[in-house]
Amino acid sequence: MSGLKTNNRVIKWFDHRLPVFSYVNEHLVDYPAPRNLNYMWNFGSLAGIALVIMIATGLLLAMQYTPHVDHAFDSVERIMRDVNFGWLIRYIHMNGASFFFIVVYLHMFRGLYYGSYKAPREILWGLGVIILLLMMGTAFMGYVLPWGQMSYWGATVITNLFSAIPLVGDSIVSWLWGGFSVDNPTLNRFFGLHYLLPFVIAAVVFLHLWALHRFGSNNPLGIDAKGPQDKIPFHPYYTVKDMFGLGIFLILFALFIFYAPNYMGHPDNYIEADPLVTPAHIVPEWYFLPFYAMLRAITFDISIPFTGIVLIDAKLGGVLTMFGSILLLFFLPWLDSSPVRSSRFRPLHKQFFWVLVVACLVLGYVGAKPPEQPWVTIGQIATAYYFAHFLIILPLLGRLERPKPLPASISDPVLKSDGSGASQAKPMEKA
Amino acid sequence: MKKLALSITAAIGLLLSAGAATAAEGVEIPERDWSFQGFFGTYDRGALQRGFQVYDQVCSSCHSLRFVAFRNLSDLGYDDAEIRAIASKYSVEDGPDENGEMFMRDAEASDKFPPPFANEEAARAANGGAYPPDLSLMAKARPAGPDYIYALLTGYTEAPEDVELMSGMYYNEYFSGHQIAMAPPLSNGIVEYADGTEPTVSQMSADISEFLMWAAEPKLEDRKQMGVKVILFLLVFTGLVYAAKRKLWAKLH
Repeated sequence: MSGLKTNNRVIKWFDHRLPVFSYVNEHLVDYPAPRNLNYMWNFGSLAGIALVIMIATGLLLAMQYTPHVDHAFDSVERIMRDVNFGWLIRYIHMNGASFFFIVVYLHMFRGLYYGSYKAPREILWGLGVIILLLMMGTAFMGYVLPWGQMSYWGATVITNLFSAIPLVGDSIVSWLWGGFSVDNPTLNRFFGLHYLLPFVIAAVVFLHLWALHRFGSNNPLGIDAKGPQDKIPFHPYYTVKDMFGLGIFLILFALFIFYAPNYMGHPDNYIEADPLVTPAHIVPEWYFLPFYAMLRAITFDISIPFTGIVLIDAKLGGVLTMFGSILLLFFLPWLDSSPVRSSRFRPLHKQFFWVLVVACLVLGYVGAKPPEQPWVTIGQIATAYYFAHFLIILPLLGRLERPKPLPASISDPVLKSDGSGASQAKPMEKA
Repeated sequence: MKKLALSITAAIGLLLSAGAATAAEGVEIPERDWSFQGFFGTYDRGALQRGFQVYDQVCSSCHSLRFVAFRNLSDLGYDDAEIRAIASKYSVEDGPDENGEMFMRDAEASDKFPPPFANEEAARAANGGAYPPDLSLMAKARPAGPDYIYALLTGYTEAPEDVELMSGMYYNEYFSGHQIAMAPPLSNGIVEYADGTEPTVSQMSADISEFLMWAAEPKLEDRKQMGVKVILFLLVFTGLVYAAKRKLWAKLH
């Protein structure tokens, strides 16, 4: 690192006392990044931008929104009709949640494909899973705020999940509600938490970046940089590449905001919450559908054979399965036993990765369907596969799979793309 | 670029899987062409005014429109004097006056459309137990929105022989469960259109659907016009950044 170069005496004076300029220079300008990152590496910065967009629009909405069961729905309609550009800010915020999840899910699948969670990046990955959990909590509570039918009944269904906890479940649910049903105290605390959690996310994002910059980004080859020839400064190379990715992202985002703003929403949420009328199908937002499918996949009690003693009833089983599907991700770095990171050199893992992607898409599709056959069985198979992928297939693959030879360095195949790089590749050694 | 295309495809795949949620429910609603569809869609002012006439003369006797104010009717092409005249036909409760009494007065442009019934109980009592829902957001609160409203209003038929109608119910092809408490509200000629258009049930249904779409989404025209500018800007911006990216990275390859 050559450090901050400037002739500006004020900046020098300031930086000597509080080195923010050096810090920015070190992490966003000179920061050495692998030279071979592909477009799948755009989604991290896009997720950061999505977070900023959500906080900015959310702040503006909070200035006009009223968190009260009698006024919440009306205040949102007032934002849509009478507040200057209120419709724009709200549609950005509404669709921003979906786009935030799209980029984060792609970011995670990128990590899965290229083994970005492996040593020494386990903490980086774990922080990412924490961010996902926080995002899910924030999105769920945000969806309750407009106080439409789906808001209300979604909140009722999801908070009721905690009643599956043995002995103390019902007490926990009353405690979460602040009463005996989803009501004004629930809406108030959800508003408070919906405002708080994004800043907690921002703090964890900071830790995520800190952990990232400890060893630098993984790359499509999954091998460590051997020297300066393997790296390029973040600015201008990745700033311009991220900017291009941002342009594509914003075009797609704008298409939804301006031309299909309610496509990803549910019509029932334009009906004000009514505790006496239950919607025909209570469906969560699309980004929760795979998890919703897993929740509903457990339709059977788990009991001790031949005794009829129920250990885990279907409801608790579903809740454990749903939360387990995410908690499992914390253990991924140790479940995947292969020392090779990138699926480019893991012919079997590459195929199982795509099966996992299909299983997740199937779960999402099943989650949108009513709990009837054949969807129940399909959801159960996909759920079983999801868990098997992480708990059985990944630990076995590391032992059974014969990885392809790894290239000697990052700059080798990049600079000699005529294929001569491959001739220098030597067989993979146990890391 | 291949990877980018792949990720976009994946994103769209996710979206479509979500969209299936609403598409699979109930009877297939026939799609209609609306002037407000597409990138450059705008409301047809004539249809909006006719649709408002239908609301004013038919629907408003049972259905409220609580998020719409009389002043909003300027979107339909009415001028201030016309809006004042329309408002003055409705009366709203105001007060308390200096004696502490509530009183009724003619509505003004700044008032919202007053509800036809004092409360839900009064509405049910007057409608055989059924509650006529508020119409302000109806075009966004049902799958297929305006298509659904048109289908419902034109979907009254004789009940098939194997269906036994409950008392006070009417058979409708497109209503969930097919039995609806609302009597067929429209009949040919029930409204006399100011612009001389022939008031067939189909014409009135299309007009009220367009009006209700406006009531639910009054900023649609602003939104679409801004969208064109934003997307054109973003296309140019992204193109320039891509060119810059190519030029900068050329040194590396």
